Amino acid sequence: MKSEYILELRNITKIFPGVKALDNVHLEVKPGEVHALCGENGAGKSTLMKIISGAQKATSGDIYFEGKKVTYNTTKEAQNIGISMIYQEFNLVPHLSVAENIYMGKLPTKNGMVDWNKLYKSTQKILERLQLKISPKTLVSNLTVGEMQMVEISKCLSTDSKVIIMDEPTAALTEQEISTLFNIIKSLTSQGIAIIYISHRMDEIFEISDTITVFRDGKHIKTMKTSDTNYDEVVSLMVGQNIENLYPEREKVSDEVVLKVENLSGKNVHNVSFYLKKGEILGIYGLMGAGNIELSKILYGALHKESGKVMVNGQELHCTKPLEAIEKGIGLVPDDRKNEGLVLIRSVKENISLASLKRIVRKGILDRNAEKQAVKNSINSMNIKVSSPEQLVGNLSGGNQQKVVLSKVLRASPDILILDEPTRGVDVGARAEIYQIIDILTKQHKSILLISTDLTEILGMSDRLLIMKEGKIVKEVLRKDFSQELVIAYASGGVKSE
Amino acid sequence: MNETRKVVNRVMTQYRSFVILAIILIVASVIAPNFLSFNNITNVIRQVSISAMLACGMTFVILTGGIDLSVGGILGMSGALSAGVLAATNSALLAVLVGQGFGLICGIVNGLFISYGDLPPFIVTLATMSLFNGGLLLYTSGAPITVGNDPYKFIGKGELFGIPFPIIILAVVYAIAFFILSYTPFGRSVYSIGGNEEATRLSGINIKLNKTYVYAISGLLSGLGGIVLTSRLGSAQPTAGQGYELDAIAAVILGGTSLSGGQGFVLPTVVGSMILGILTNVLTLLNVNPYVSNILKGIVILVAVIIDRKFKSLSATAE
Repeated sequence: MKSEYILELRNITKIFPGVKALDNVHLEVKPGEVHALCGENGAGKSTLMKIISGAQKATSGDIYFEGKKVTYNTTKEAQNIGISMIYQEFNLVPHLSVAENIYMGKLPTKNGMVDWNKLYKSTQKILERLQLKISPKTLVSNLTVGEMQMVEISKCLSTDSKVIIMDEPTAALTEQEISTLFNIIKSLTSQGIAIIYISHRMDEIFEISDTITVFRDGKHIKTMKTSDTNYDEVVSLMVGQNIENLYPEREKVSDEVVLKVENLSGKNVHNVSFYLKKGEILGIYGLMGAGNIELSKILYGALHKESGKVMVNGQELHCTKPLEAIEKGIGLVPDDRKNEGLVLIRSVKENISLASLKRIVRKGILDRNAEKQAVKNSINSMNIKVSSPEQLVGNLSGGNQQKVVLSKVLRASPDILILDEPTRGVDVGARAEIYQIIDILTKQHKSILLISTDLTEILGMSDRLLIMKEGKIVKEVLRKDFSQELVIAYASGGVKSE
Repeated sequence: MNETRKVVNRVMTQYRSFVILAIILIVASVIAPNFLSFNNITNVIRQVSISAMLACGMTFVILTGGIDLSVGGILGMSGALSAGVLAATNSALLAVLVGQGFGLICGIVNGLFISYGDLPPFIVTLATMSLFNGGLLLYTSGAPITVGNDPYKFIGKGELFGIPFPIIILAVVYAIAFFILSYTPFGRSVYSIGGNEEATRLSGINIKLNKTYVYAISGLLSGLGGIVLTSRLGSAQPTAGQGYELDAIAAVILGGTSLSGGQGFVLPTVVGSMILGILTNVLTLLNVNPYVSNILKGIVILVAVIIDRKFKSLSATAE
């Protein structure tokens, strides 16, 4: 008997020592649909994905594929059945070609040697199926992030997958790349391939998915058709309560200018001038590669400044090292939390005090009691969920990790705070808290430079917005004139700058 | 039950060396009855004290994610220079200062190449190892330099309250190292550089300076080891330092410090040195062919690393 579902999970339970990560959940995926999984961090999404992809084994429960019960123990076995997964962090070897990456571990051979002709031909076929204009011989290191994502998808197609799991596939993509990705997803589903889609970005989920399943605390909460539900319902199901306005009400800011940048140039940044007022949230929006991240790193002294002037409170600033920026009252929350923000294998405590060790040193020796107290204060005021300050940061959820980074930067008491993608990979609940914190900071007369590729976030938070494109500021927009269309038009070059 | 497993994991990852040491002590005292005598034990510690000094510096280096292959070379060269100065001036103080100073400078040079020259530690210290070993042969013309000064000899042979002086030096060295790593901003930086250099840099910590310090410490302790060795043997040998770097690295690994940096402790390193020393000692007591002892050392290190992997992966899945 043929089942209506291509993939069906029944009564899946997964118990880790001390934690029930999944509690008797079920999931039904139809062929040709985009099935979105929603839930906050810790809801059990990632565990479920790992079980579907074969990376972990369920403690109990059954998996049915095309109506037949299947068991597999590795991702390789899952791929053979027709289930593959694209991870948020790509699994590509940069120094090998696109073709070699796609067929890694299964290179076609002739007489024991690699059959290069066949390899390139079959790769070409897959690339054409995705309408990609990349040569199979291109080295992966020469691709853009968006193209790498497509190579990952090609890998799934090379194994004839019928179910593809995508974990935050748009996290590193630009708006344009996202729309390409969505077109590809649509063409895949029209070929009968089912996509299990995980994302923190609600607008995307509503744009691309057919079905939404919400998980909370390891339990299946509800499965519904996307057309039958709305944003507010999904979010309240995820959080388990109604979440009030995500973005805080903004009040008028002062006219005092704290930061003035004139003709600043450096890597990917050309002749940028702007100012930042006391207590203001100045958003800088740009597609990936627009130079906004580089701009923040130049201001912070982490990247070389080629020319231009930076004035803080009327005094010219020459930062060549992050240390100098910190001493002058500038703080940076970097966009890449795992590689630039945190020392994952060290404790919450050590991470929080890392940028302000000077403040807890008495006569060259760390005052451990003062540190303990300071860290405790940060954990409480930021509402960081930890079992103890000695817990490794790497074991925290994305939202809590981000709060640790914020705490670390704030302990050095900066007046100007640069936030690069402050809520990337952070769940809705923690996201709202981070927005609250940012709002409170401005009320304490701190000024914020908010750099984000999340359009709703930057429009929701900023008092004023600068749009960057190809290293230049192409437009300044005031809050009263905010509109998504306008911003996208300028950022993607639809409108010529004035 | 989960709690006990957690505790076992914790003990096996953090205090593994103590467990291995205990097992070896028990086995050794059973199969070699004269092993547990006070004389034999102090003898073992005295023997390992020099490589334990190098291992202490090596712990700092490995915690930052680096490696220092030149410790044996620095040890040999410092010892010989110290002996040379002693022969020329008969001043023990000057000899010690020159030996220490040379070790410190060598370490600083390593550190400058690695941090400001942005070169891989493995390559830099491999080069300087060869440089120092060759320099030592050249300086000594391949013949030992004997030392005959009494205060100088006391460093390696003397006793204070019945305890051999090298053991006292060793205890002081480890006490200071423990204090630095646990109670100073520099110690904190050492761990975080090894854990994530870029995040540490963006937190406003001077990576280059701190890395230079780390190699300077390693050089300084290698110089100290050279002086103690020369004093103990009564002469500086032209091939004195060779092989010491491997013992030092092995001790750090046995002590449970992660070779990729960022995690580990300094006190278990001295236990790691002891394990290696006891192993050699017991085999000698049992009249085992000395060539076999190196083979056994290798096996012990492999087993330690396998245990490390096993328990690390266990505690990772338990999270």
